Amino acid sequence: MIGYLVRRVGQSLIVLFFVTVITLGLVHIFPGGPIRAMLGPRATVQQVAYNNHLYGFDRPFYIQYLKWVGQLLHGNLGFSAKLNLSVTSLIAQDLPKTIVLVALGTIVSLVFGIPLGMYQAVKRYTVGDYVLTGVSFLGYAAPTFFVALLLVEWFAVDTHVFPPFAPQSTSVLQILSQPRALVLPVVSYAFVLYALWSRFMRSSVMDNLVQDYVRTARAKGASERRVLWGHIFRNSLISIVTLLGLTLPTLVAGAIFIEVVFNYPGMGLAFYQAALNVDYQVLLGFTLLATVATILGNLLADISYAVLDPRVRYS
Amino acid sequence: MAIIPPPGTDHGDLVDATLLAPAEAPDGSAGPLTAAKPRSMLVRGWEVFAENRLALVGIAVVLFMVLFCFVGPLIYKTNQVTTNLNDALCTPSGSHLLGCDNLGYDQLGRLMIGGQTSLEVGVAAAIVSVLFGTLYGAVSGFVGGVVDSFLMRVVDAGLSIPYITLIIILSVAFHPNKLIMIFIIAVFYWLGVARLIRGETLTLRTREYVQAVKIIGGRSSRAVLRHIVPNAIGTIIVQATFAVADSILILSALGFLGLGVQAPTTDWGSMLSGGLNYLQSSQNYWWLIYPAGIAIILTCIAVNFIGDALRDAFETRLQRR
Repeated sequence: MIGYLVRRVGQSLIVLFFVTVITLGLVHIFPGGPIRAMLGPRATVQQVAYNNHLYGFDRPFYIQYLKWVGQLLHGNLGFSAKLNLSVTSLIAQDLPKTIVLVALGTIVSLVFGIPLGMYQAVKRYTVGDYVLTGVSFLGYAAPTFFVALLLVEWFAVDTHVFPPFAPQSTSVLQILSQPRALVLPVVSYAFVLYALWSRFMRSSVMDNLVQDYVRTARAKGASERRVLWGHIFRNSLISIVTLLGLTLPTLVAGAIFIEVVFNYPGMGLAFYQAALNVDYQVLLGFTLLATVATILGNLLADISYAVLDPRVRYS
Repeated sequence: MAIIPPPGTDHGDLVDATLLAPAEAPDGSAGPLTAAKPRSMLVRGWEVFAENRLALVGIAVVLFMVLFCFVGPLIYKTNQVTTNLNDALCTPSGSHLLGCDNLGYDQLGRLMIGGQTSLEVGVAAAIVSVLFGTLYGAVSGFVGGVVDSFLMRVVDAGLSIPYITLIIILSVAFHPNKLIMIFIIAVFYWLGVARLIRGETLTLRTREYVQAVKIIGGRSSRAVLRHIVPNAIGTIIVQATFAVADSILILSALGFLGLGVQAPTTDWGSMLSGGLNYLQSSQNYWWLIYPAGIAIILTCIAVNFIGDALRDAFETRLQRR
């Protein structure tokens, strides 16, 4: 177990190194360099050269990299010249709001996806199964933003059931105190994830239903409900945990579109605005944060898998 | 069908066929049949594929979309070059079957023009990323050792960066046209393909016919290009199919954010982006949202159906062997 842990963490560190190199490299893909992108086409050559020197972009790449990593280790993710705000404080301001959205959406999608996926597996090839399969196919093929647009059209513009905008507030508590405004963002976010969980649960439970341990449980006289929830559900849960860790990039991506459609003041919206403004320090900081979260998610998923499933540990 | 396998692969490989022939003989009923009338893998695959009705529906929808986007503009002629503000946001009528958008472009004609971009970029990005990913994965898996570890950690790193942030940054930097867009999508997409093909290669390289190439003095490039890649063709085609759907979705996502192909070129996602601005107004401009959104969903579901059926077709082929 310890050996596995050390190997897996070591692998993550190597990946982290590559990621930081790629991320810093992204700064240099802007035609004319990051400073030209930031100052715009009207800046004089002198201004660009001055700022290049100021920010250290005239130094060799490895020196830039070492200085940048040194700053990162001190918790300094850069400074947004457009917003006149350090990236760290921008993240501290926006990240909690995005976490609220992602957590609520994920919970809602799990609450619907897991039982409905199990229902589909038990009642496979019936009308109910086909209808739900159709719904999840829609979830797979429909872009997140289109689902969000439709929900706004139906429930905000046509019927006025819910407000078309997410809660506009700087504090998490105030956002949570407007649950009506949260409904549409959370539902449209959860819909795409629902498709993922229900498809996965359907195939996972169908695989498990023919396993030996299920036959054993039935032979011992366990009720169908106990077989389903006590045995199959618990075994499928292991893979759901892994899948949760692996879908972190998808979660981040989904949040960007939801936040743009509903003008939800989270990290995704800030990232989008930074992209429009070519605020490269913010882009860099956010990308790095999301990437580190992904690597951590994968690592935790693998470790939890090894803890929960002894077969992984000993193979 | 968008992806056509390179010529020559459907004949199977000489070494492959001779080594596999004995394995088929004791196979009971299927053995003599296949021995009497050897059918190419693609023909057998097509038979299984054609049994899947959803897949045929998928092909019909894709064919319809292709005709609609590329032949449609020849029949339903509209002005998609200059704006016409007199017609801005006009309701659907005899002269404009699906109304107009905020700049007076006929919405039905726009749907065709936008569809051209979406389909072209989707297919091209899929081809580029699958070609590169296949070569990268096959080489990495075949060479193995330190090189393999290094190449795969690069893939891991690329896959750890949430793709949408990466693609947004690239789009902001390059203000893409169609051609650049293809590469921006492929830059992300080949990583997943590479990992998959590498896994496939790890099992293929231990096969006798690959060993045989080494023994008779064939070069590594020959083993990879003539033996490993053709034998992974099932996985490759299935991946390419899904890649088309994913690329269309990614392109439309970028278009929706206003970071996609630059005007006057448009795509289905960019058309939706225009609709967002008029959603809050008092009148219901449904024609700005539904046509483009439904076109995206229909195309992607159809392509996914085809991909699912192809996967079944190739898997069944393996089981019957």
